Amino acid sequence: MAVIVDEKTKVLIQGITGYQGTYHASAMREFGTKVVAGTSPGKGGSKVKDVPVFDTAMEAVGKTGANASCVFVPAPYCKDAALEAIDAGIETVVIITEHLPVLDAIHLIAVARSKGVTVIGPNCPGIASPGKAKVGILPNMIFKKGTVGVVSKSGTLTYEIVNAMTERKVGQSTCVGIGGDRVSGTYFIDVLKKFEADKQTKQIVLVGEIGGTAEEEAAEYIKKHVSKPVVAYIAGRTAPPGKRMGHAGAIIARGRGTAESKIKALESAGVKVAKIPTDVPDLLQ
Amino acid sequence: MKLYEYKAKEILKKYGIPVPDGFVVSSPDRIKTIPGPVMVKAQVLIGGRGKAGGIKPANTVDEAKKVASAILGMDIRGYKTQDVLIERRLDIAKEMYLGITVDRSNRSLLLMASPSGGVDIESVPEDKILMAPVDPLIGYQPYLGRRVASFMGLQKEQASQVVSICHRLYQLVMSEDAELAEINPLVVTKDGKVVAGDAKITIDSDALFRHNEYERLHEDLTPLEEKAKRLDIAFVQLDGNIGVIANGAGLTMATLDSLNMYGGEAGVFLDLGGTDDPEKVKSAMLLMVEAKPKVILLNIFGGITKCDTVAKGVLEAIGARRIGIPIVARIKGVNEDLASTMLKDAGMIPAHGLSEAAELAARESQKVG
Repeated sequence: MAVIVDEKTKVLIQGITGYQGTYHASAMREFGTKVVAGTSPGKGGSKVKDVPVFDTAMEAVGKTGANASCVFVPAPYCKDAALEAIDAGIETVVIITEHLPVLDAIHLIAVARSKGVTVIGPNCPGIASPGKAKVGILPNMIFKKGTVGVVSKSGTLTYEIVNAMTERKVGQSTCVGIGGDRVSGTYFIDVLKKFEADKQTKQIVLVGEIGGTAEEEAAEYIKKHVSKPVVAYIAGRTAPPGKRMGHAGAIIARGRGTAESKIKALESAGVKVAKIPTDVPDLLQ
Repeated sequence: MKLYEYKAKEILKKYGIPVPDGFVVSSPDRIKTIPGPVMVKAQVLIGGRGKAGGIKPANTVDEAKKVASAILGMDIRGYKTQDVLIERRLDIAKEMYLGITVDRSNRSLLLMASPSGGVDIESVPEDKILMAPVDPLIGYQPYLGRRVASFMGLQKEQASQVVSICHRLYQLVMSEDAELAEINPLVVTKDGKVVAGDAKITIDSDALFRHNEYERLHEDLTPLEEKAKRLDIAFVQLDGNIGVIANGAGLTMATLDSLNMYGGEAGVFLDLGGTDDPEKVKSAMLLMVEAKPKVILLNIFGGITKCDTVAKGVLEAIGARRIGIPIVARIKGVNEDLASTMLKDAGMIPAHGLSEAAELAARESQKVG
């Protein structure tokens, strides 16, 4: 078992004819993902590396039975694309696109939740279950099948940590990059809940960063509901207050959202917190 | 993107929210008449203007000119005052707070109100603040405004003015893509009018593609920050002497943390974003050289681009100019060994993992002092 995506997931690539869409459609296939369709308005009827391209998500879902979508559509058109997928009956929408206006994110996520659709992202690297499937842009080479569930706000930092785990022969059940925007479709708690229920997952790695209170909320949840061992890393221990560190949400504002407060909350929930990312594998059992 | 108070008030006015009569000037000579007794207010994008002496009353044109010339050019917590807002002084009976912001946990907008205004909302006790999430599928409805007015303890005429202001503020947020719209204080005047005393509006910079009117309003950035912004690079100047370039916000922060573990201090945080595009690496390298750190630490975790291509970009940026400072480079991904050799041949210090890179950079920075 794995969470959210597995070998049965049939993936639609929205924006398949762009550079990123085309490249990652192949990379996902190499990972073992069933990439069944792509969309690109006006290019219906063509193919991208054997993947049939449709004008609309409705048609793609109808003809191929796609149940997950990976969105590469540029920010100005991204909300429309995600809503189109939801309206077409897609169950999981992974939004890679960055710089999505926050009001667009709020609206599309509210619609998704009202219909029971899972949104991951925006501005996220996606999700990978080694040996089963990947929906997103995480590099294939870093993964190894195993029993550790990874959930992270960051992209490349996740790669760094997963890579360090794999080098030490510690494999992963599923790795979920939830994205670092202020409003995201999936938060830590949503994934922790799934890892706790997943039989394959024996331990959990949580990668957070300064800003907001998601890590503190996750700590509270872990204390009450998670029985599996959790190891965490929080980026930004040395970041100065008031400076936005790359991600829209990564800012220590008015003394809130500091790494200290997050580390303290996690430690009090029994989580082992690594000082630097490459220490994570050492803390796993 | 934060807007100046005068700009925020122009927008409030556009949406029908009452603001005091006033005008903005950058020179005292431009003050010809005033709408009665006024306040002269420094236009800077930082709080605490009043305490810093950036807000002063004036009763005549001459007095306004005098006060304005004292405030113009004033340095307020690192921000230079370039404009002042001259505004009719309000006869204040009551000061309240009204704002709309983004609520991360509820994934919605949040309507916030308090009967206590005119002070930092953070200092108001929680039981004096109403926090009403706006369900995105329901949107703003008048009942939310009535909750606000009742919480503020208002009745009749004032209550109905506040209900209308709540609706207009919500329309403003939705139409202008504001991620924050705050009226603090929201004033009830002695003659019973509800007026915005001060206003803060922040426009979502990710939504600027559909708001051409805001393109010209830029924050005060240093030339290097300005350049970084144009390149879509996150660039923050810090106190140390090591310039850090990495790809991705989390990884860049983690690189800073790792440096700190080995006794190194970052002087520049440069996040390329979620990319390992060689062209972008090249322009980032050039930008970093301009920032004049004592050591450069490059940490790229290559997702899709080949490492040797990235290394080539680095060498193109550095190659022509002998910059004479140590560069520790760690590039992970496809063809990393080849990249490592290329960098080594060019006199850089190759590192294999994040910890090793941080340790090497910290050691180099201690050598140069």
